[in-house]
Amino acid sequence: MANPYVIHPATIVEKIREAEDINTYRLQLVDEQARQCFRFAAGQFNMVYVFGVGEVAISIVSDPDEPEFLDHTIRTVGRVTKAIADLQPGDVLGIRGPFGQGWPLEEACGRNVVIVTGGLGCAPLVGAIEYIFKRREQYGSIKILHGVKTPHDLLYRERFDQWRRAPDTEVLLASDQPDKTWSYHIGVVTELFEEVAIDSMKSIALMCGPEIMMRLGVPILMRRGIPATAIYVSLERHMECGIGLCGHCQMGPYFLCKDGPVMRYDRVAQWLGQTGV
Amino acid sequence: MAMAGEIGVLPRGDFQRLLDALNAKGYRIVGPTVREGSVVWETISSVFELPIGWRDQQEPGRYRLEQTGSPEIFGVVHGPQSLKPFVFAPREPLLQIERSKDGFATHPTLPQSEKVAIIGARACDLAGLATQDQIFLNGAYRDPYYAARREGLFLVAVNCTRALNTCFCASMETGPRAKHGFDLALTELDDQLLIEAGSEAGRDLLSNLCLSRGSEQLSAEAATRVDACAQSQVRRLDHSRLPQALYDAHEHPRWDEVAGRCLACTNCTMVCPTCFCHTVEETPDLSYQHTTHARLWDSCFTQEHGYIHGKNMRPTIKDRYRMWLTHKLASWIDQFGASGCVGCGRCITWCPVGIDLTEELPALLTPSEQQSTTSRRPEAAGG
Repeated sequence: MANPYVIHPATIVEKIREAEDINTYRLQLVDEQARQCFRFAAGQFNMVYVFGVGEVAISIVSDPDEPEFLDHTIRTVGRVTKAIADLQPGDVLGIRGPFGQGWPLEEACGRNVVIVTGGLGCAPLVGAIEYIFKRREQYGSIKILHGVKTPHDLLYRERFDQWRRAPDTEVLLASDQPDKTWSYHIGVVTELFEEVAIDSMKSIALMCGPEIMMRLGVPILMRRGIPATAIYVSLERHMECGIGLCGHCQMGPYFLCKDGPVMRYDRVAQWLGQTGV
Repeated sequence: MAMAGEIGVLPRGDFQRLLDALNAKGYRIVGPTVREGSVVWETISSVFELPIGWRDQQEPGRYRLEQTGSPEIFGVVHGPQSLKPFVFAPREPLLQIERSKDGFATHPTLPQSEKVAIIGARACDLAGLATQDQIFLNGAYRDPYYAARREGLFLVAVNCTRALNTCFCASMETGPRAKHGFDLALTELDDQLLIEAGSEAGRDLLSNLCLSRGSEQLSAEAATRVDACAQSQVRRLDHSRLPQALYDAHEHPRWDEVAGRCLACTNCTMVCPTCFCHTVEETPDLSYQHTTHARLWDSCFTQEHGYIHGKNMRPTIKDRYRMWLTHKLASWIDQFGASGCVGCGRCITWCPVGIDLTEELPALLTPSEQQSTTSRRPEAAGG
């Protein structure tokens, strides 16, 4: 059996500046065989490694149909991500993965999809949205609700615009600290629920963002008739191994690195609001 | 003569023969030895290195060795170490990584599988090892480092005939008799040891020793002493309502009370035979051309354990003690199908303030009129 700790070098093919402290790194595995074998599902993550510094868990943003290039959108917040921020195209990072459970895109077939994201939480859903749009006829209506703190925090602007133009698709944006340029909703993302029609029994909801967004947002979706078993959330905890062994990412009985990060809401509802979990 | 599957009798004075037989099979022999007022595992070659004539007294927050003057070889029940360090190494280098034309090249540093015979493992230690086997070997990902260390072990268990004040294996159904997971199991009687084989390798070794057969009377005597040991345990843990009852106790005020005593020193997690949390450490050399990627034991009592970019999921000692106990006794059952506690009592003994989980659990499961109000998360913290 393969050693799950082995790190594979991956070249930074492109570095896209998304915001002041956020970049998207397009990575390509150096080893050809590793590159050809690499398959992932939208919502899964990689452990991204910097030589001499360490690893950090980062979701794969890119389209799972194009596994040759692996996009990771990374905010500069800690020791490893600061080291990543110093790197440029041509430099080499490491990858271990993919790990975890992705979005239930097969289960979502034939249903209306409500996507609710906040801040950088939209990143783990970009690949899922691309996947859905490639198979557009297999899905019902698509509603993308995305909230940011300030307009500067709005990443992937062109993609949102592109998605908005797609048939039977609504894209609603909210900012709670807007500036004069902001032409969308002012407030938090959960307020956008009031602006969309939700065909509850046929809908499935995919959510990723700060936990408070999910804790406040899920009850609203449930009141609108979407059952807890049709709501999926992507959760975040400290992760060091990605394979359910290091113990850090536990939430109640789950290891979010291997049982998650995408979890069906009814399974985590008990833990989501609790202190110190 | 004792045949395969039977019980052999080894006169106490002949114990060296067992060590010699293991030595002849190429095993490095490890046994309990007295060091600095405690008992630790060391490589031994002679029976006289074992803690003959010593006994341990353990109580909450207290460990003392005393000499009894008896010829007893296994009078000491256990020291702070379980079998964990042999398989889940406190520091395990995982990879050596060096810069190369492709950026870097990774070399896994799997430990050499070594034939090690461990003399004196207790039933609770075997239960702890079985628990770790399940985590590191039988999950979705098999840990090759643990597997390499585990492979070469030959385990000589000792059935307990004396319970410590801190023992509660009987209530956890893990001891005091070693039921499985050993190659040989010994029961020390007045001037002889009964030896039973639990594996092919054990049977092989037992037949090499050419021991006389144990009489039914001796076996009955051994069983009586082990049963008496179980009966004499003063602590017990009623786990019948777990995991749910402990999940339901999340807001119990007792957590605040125990957090007032807990020092978050991590001792309980270090001595625990089943705790498996670890962190990864990256150590580049001065040239920055070469780096060692190693894992080392971590503890859910540290500040960093629940830390995630700018936010600590478990900022208080209360959060961390609750995490530890809830995982150990409750969520472990959901994760691995059995309790994470084997009843060895080490966390009680080695806690500097003597926190006793067999006391905490019933207190936490006793309904409280005053539910904790301090633990409600302020909504702003989630954003």
